[in-house]
Amino acid sequence: MQRIGVFVCWCGSNIAATVDVKAVAEALKSEPGVVYSADYQYMCSQAGQDLIKEAVKEHNLTGIVVCSCSPRMHEATFRKTAAAAGLNPYMVEIANIREQCSWVHKDIPSGTEKAIILGKAAVAKVNLNTPLTPGESPVTKRALVIGGGIAGIQTALDIADAGFPVDIVEKNPTIGGKMAQLDKTFPTLDCAACILTPKMVDVAQNDKIRIFSYSEVSEIKGFVGNFDVTIRKKARYVKEDVCTGCGLCVEKCPQKKIPNEFNLGMDNRSAIYIPFAQAVPKVATIDAEACTMLKKGKCGLCSKVCTAGAIDYKQQDELISEKYGAIVVATGFNPISMEKFDEYAYSQSKDVITSLEFERLTNAAGPTAGKLLRPSDLKHPHTIVFVQCVGSRCASCAEKGKEYCSKICCMYTAKHAMLTRDKYPDTDVYVFYIDVRTPGKNFDEFYRRAVEEYGVHYIKGMVGKVTPEGDKLKVRASDLLNNKQLNIDADLVVLAAAIEPDKSARPLATMLTASMDTNDFFTEAHPKLRPVESPTAGVFLSGACQGPKDIPETVSQAGAAASKVIGLLAKDKLTGNPCVASSDELMCNGCSSCERVCPYGAISYIDKEFRMPDRTVAIRRVASVNPAVCQGCGACTVACPSGAMDLRGFASGQIMAEVDAICK
Amino acid sequence: MQVKEYKPLIVAFCCNWCSYAGADLAGNNRLSYPADVKIIRVPCSCRVNPMFVLRAFQRGADGVIICGCHPGDCHYTSGNYYTRRRMALLFSMLDYLGIERDRTRLEWVSAAEGAKFAATMNDFVEKVTALGENKRLEDLRCKK
Repeated sequence: MQRIGVFVCWCGSNIAATVDVKAVAEALKSEPGVVYSADYQYMCSQAGQDLIKEAVKEHNLTGIVVCSCSPRMHEATFRKTAAAAGLNPYMVEIANIREQCSWVHKDIPSGTEKAIILGKAAVAKVNLNTPLTPGESPVTKRALVIGGGIAGIQTALDIADAGFPVDIVEKNPTIGGKMAQLDKTFPTLDCAACILTPKMVDVAQNDKIRIFSYSEVSEIKGFVGNFDVTIRKKARYVKEDVCTGCGLCVEKCPQKKIPNEFNLGMDNRSAIYIPFAQAVPKVATIDAEACTMLKKGKCGLCSKVCTAGAIDYKQQDELISEKYGAIVVATGFNPISMEKFDEYAYSQSKDVITSLEFERLTNAAGPTAGKLLRPSDLKHPHTIVFVQCVGSRCASCAEKGKEYCSKICCMYTAKHAMLTRDKYPDTDVYVFYIDVRTPGKNFDEFYRRAVEEYGVHYIKGMVGKVTPEGDKLKVRASDLLNNKQLNIDADLVVLAAAIEPDKSARPLATMLTASMDTNDFFTEAHPKLRPVESPTAGVFLSGACQGPKDIPETVSQAGAAASKVIGLLAKDKLTGNPCVASSDELMCNGCSSCERVCPYGAISYIDKEFRMPDRTVAIRRVASVNPAVCQGCGACTVACPSGAMDLRGFASGQIMAEVDAICK
Repeated sequence: MQVKEYKPLIVAFCCNWCSYAGADLAGNNRLSYPADVKIIRVPCSCRVNPMFVLRAFQRGADGVIICGCHPGDCHYTSGNYYTRRRMALLFSMLDYLGIERDRTRLEWVSAAEGAKFAATMNDFVEKVTALGENKRLEDLRCKK
């Protein structure tokens, strides 16, 4: 028989306002096994934890029930308390009487009654708890960073700085990500390339960092500390270690009409290309879909001009297997497609562009060498209309836009407007907005400067329609503050497109078994207290893959993710989750049902000798669970026809006892 | 004579990663639903043995709801697919035994769907309340 202590938390007034905590403590006193019951204002505080520790000693408790907030919040806290008091940490159960009781029910009698029932269920479960000891597993001291944008770069640099080897996997031919495409950065207006490219060089020169560019993660197996990852290094038809990046092949390539992704299709590149001058690694890549040699077997000019002999038309995709202790996801974002936003005539006119295209237009390394010229006729635009929230905060148009605020658009539009007025004071600049959101250090000052010093016309209201007419764009918009319709003849319309997670994120989340929200942003383990960890152990989040972010926030999150990784890799051994499946070998009939449903391949079959009653020895095939691989989902326990398989910590008997307690 | 208002007894099995977190979120956002719903935490919806559901009805539950991650979002990759198949069979068998379809439900609630959790529970409780007490499977020997 257990000796159980029940500890009911008031959580200030969070619980005590709708649950009579004294009555709960009193009612649970008479439950089987309960020898002590108490209530306290804040059980999770030092004093509350001391109360538990003292009670364990004084009353010789073997099990603890804490009626408090969600176990997702403080289960770990109270397990530590139990361990400090000399109890097995898995002898603790939490009755969730805050999130699932006091916060959702309004009246005291029904709240109290439910709290008592939840407490009884927890007591019934603890009565059947057994001490569990987690297994240990080694830690591979190498980290994988998926994505080579500023988030991935900063994370990798910080991890390498602590002395651990890091690999970056980047799907594009170069690292740098979106930041490499930007012109200036708000609110300081320093040039993106000037602050990013030195970091890219640092990555290339750091002997702890390997870059797998033009590569994708194709398989992830294993668990925290022991991930087995397969990386597919796509054939770039250029020997990376031989190519010097001289660019002669790029110059000579006769296929020059391929839309240049780096400039968002606003100019062309050749079939063999280096995305931009500061690319890292600075190695040419052949676009297999555009190269005549690879398509038709004719040409081969690049191979002839390459003095280093780096071209290899026979190169194949290469699969690289590596072990990692931790994985950082830094897959970043993309602007959403503007195709569905017909009202802005994006697909009808070349002079309706997105903000990222505007960045390239104003970038000295861009298609117009930094001169602000409209894409259609390369004339200088005199009236520019910026439209904010295109697809953002779009609850009513969820099928084409996003419900959330993309966060960065207000600031970059202020930057674009300001820079335009600064360079071309003869230009009229209009910004249409729903709200201007500028929380952040020096952000609001920046926006005020755009309005007050640079004379940008900020108009509250949305653009209803953009119609191309001759060489003008007729913009019809509403001015909500003055309550009138506006008609503007614009030369250029810039759409602040909402941002969304990169398309590669969803399949990656499936491989990682990491959770995502409905918008495909990765979910953090706790929105406030564990913002850079994924709920999946050993997987960390960096940058815009977790939510819309600007560069300073991304860099700080990257550093935070790196410090978490370093903390993990600094350990020699990891303690695992003891709540794993285990099979009663005497009941197992070796049918393989459990093996077939296990998503982790944690179950194998072994031939085992059994002593039979007639003193003979029989060899039987029985299931055996590898506790280091088992994640404890319990699929096998239900599949097992003989009831041999059970899950520690969530045993059938325990759950049944909870059901009984609730239905009493 | 005073008639006591009928309060159904609902057992909800919630997976730890999505639905239990969704229930927590409903709490964080103070989205109320009837106190008749009692939640049991399981690691994954696929941990719910049909036996548990039968046991609940045997012991007098009026409705049982199982909540898991959305298809494709299972923390354990594929657990909720097993649940979906198992519960489809179980619920149709229960229907055959006279446990009305509205007394059983399988619902996908993500960790971000606090509002959906509360709405689901409100709706489920309403449906079960309309059906009244479950007497079909209740084992009176279990009652003192």
